[in-house]
Amino acid sequence: MIKTDALIIGAGPTGLFTAHQLKIIGLNCEIVDNLDKAGGQCIELYPDKPIYDIPAVPECSGEELTNNLLAQIKPFNIGFHLNERVDEVKKIENDWEVKTNRGKVFLTPNVIIAGGVGSFEPRKFAPKECEKFEDKSIFYAVKNKKLFENKTISIFGGGDSALDWAVEFSKTSKVNLIHRREEFRGAQATVDKVLQLKKEGKINLFTKYQLKTVKGDEKLESIEIKNDDEKVVELKTDIVLGFFGLIMQLGPIANWGLNLDKKTVEVDTEKFETNQKGIYAVGDICNYPGKLKLILSGFHEGALAARACFKLARPNEKYRFEFTTSSKTIKNRLGVKSD
Amino acid sequence: MAKITYVENNGNTHTVEVAEGLTVMEGAIQNNIPGIDGDCGGGMACATCHVYVKDEWFDKINKKSEGEDDMIDQAYEPKKSSRLSCQIQVSSEIDGLEVNLPEKQI
Repeated sequence: MIKTDALIIGAGPTGLFTAHQLKIIGLNCEIVDNLDKAGGQCIELYPDKPIYDIPAVPECSGEELTNNLLAQIKPFNIGFHLNERVDEVKKIENDWEVKTNRGKVFLTPNVIIAGGVGSFEPRKFAPKECEKFEDKSIFYAVKNKKLFENKTISIFGGGDSALDWAVEFSKTSKVNLIHRREEFRGAQATVDKVLQLKKEGKINLFTKYQLKTVKGDEKLESIEIKNDDEKVVELKTDIVLGFFGLIMQLGPIANWGLNLDKKTVEVDTEKFETNQKGIYAVGDICNYPGKLKLILSGFHEGALAARACFKLARPNEKYRFEFTTSSKTIKNRLGVKSD
Repeated sequence: MAKITYVENNGNTHTVEVAEGLTVMEGAIQNNIPGIDGDCGGGMACATCHVYVKDEWFDKINKKSEGEDDMIDQAYEPKKSSRLSCQIQVSSEIDGLEVNLPEKQI
């Protein structure tokens, strides 16, 4: 079990800056995120798109913003728990016991939800019969590529993941690549490579086709794909891979007894606390009169929530407001020399 | 103002007046129409305002934005008639537009 002053759910810009604010005032914190890297929507949805409304930063990309925020918290020792989703939050006396899907347990008086629009999950195939083959023959990510050697693999999607894996697996397996339209959104060089492999007969390409159904009892045997004119093709296949990007789902947060309004959590504007004492919500996921879904609003919300955490984490101490420009204590925490 | 009709997957129909200059997604959100989420707020960064537009309207509404099809690839059950409603501009010329909503957005 990990004991900490505050647990942050979500490593997007708001979560990262909230961690900074907690450390500045002398609290410990840990960050959990379902993705494999920090950055949240900035990294997952628009790493290259310029952002123009970060104060004092005329222009930066989602990736640059994330890297700068990570650099800003580098002086601190913050535990990151990536690839983990918080599933359970339970009150134990004055603390919250927080469990992840990987069985990690935290005990903390403060939980800060900086979860954006929820956790990112892969978009799955629509036909219901796909579910029973999931993680057996149907996958939405490649974790161990050895499992996919010397097989017949049907890959769906038109982005970089689908194209890269089609190229990779064409070396060891028979590959069908299926995409719903003629154009691919992956990198042009990879598209060219795929077309070349198609010419060489190493990849079977089906454009304007989508998955209709999958067949097999215990074991997946074949799939049917159909095009816009309802033409159906059956393909023998061992493995199906789907790369349709990520969707955002509120997920387990809905079960924590919080006041929800659609997909957002209601908070006050003094502490950004929810209806549960010691659980706060900041950034896109919180809701209050006048809420703006801007990154800069998330920074402000995180700064105030961090101060609220102090009271519960250090009940016998008094919080003293200090500026980073003048405080020796803060400079020590940052590891910089004070004059 | 333009009258826009949103037909849910279960057949429920909602006809509302939407101000010119808004998008079909915003018209749905402002009128609390179920079946359109618009998670990213119109930034074409998600695919949760996905709608189907019948042939007779498809060519009358503004054309797809650059990158819109890339996002539609990631929608639930995309079809030839798929659009992201955040990219459909409302004007008097599309008064009477009808859009069909998919079974679900996520």
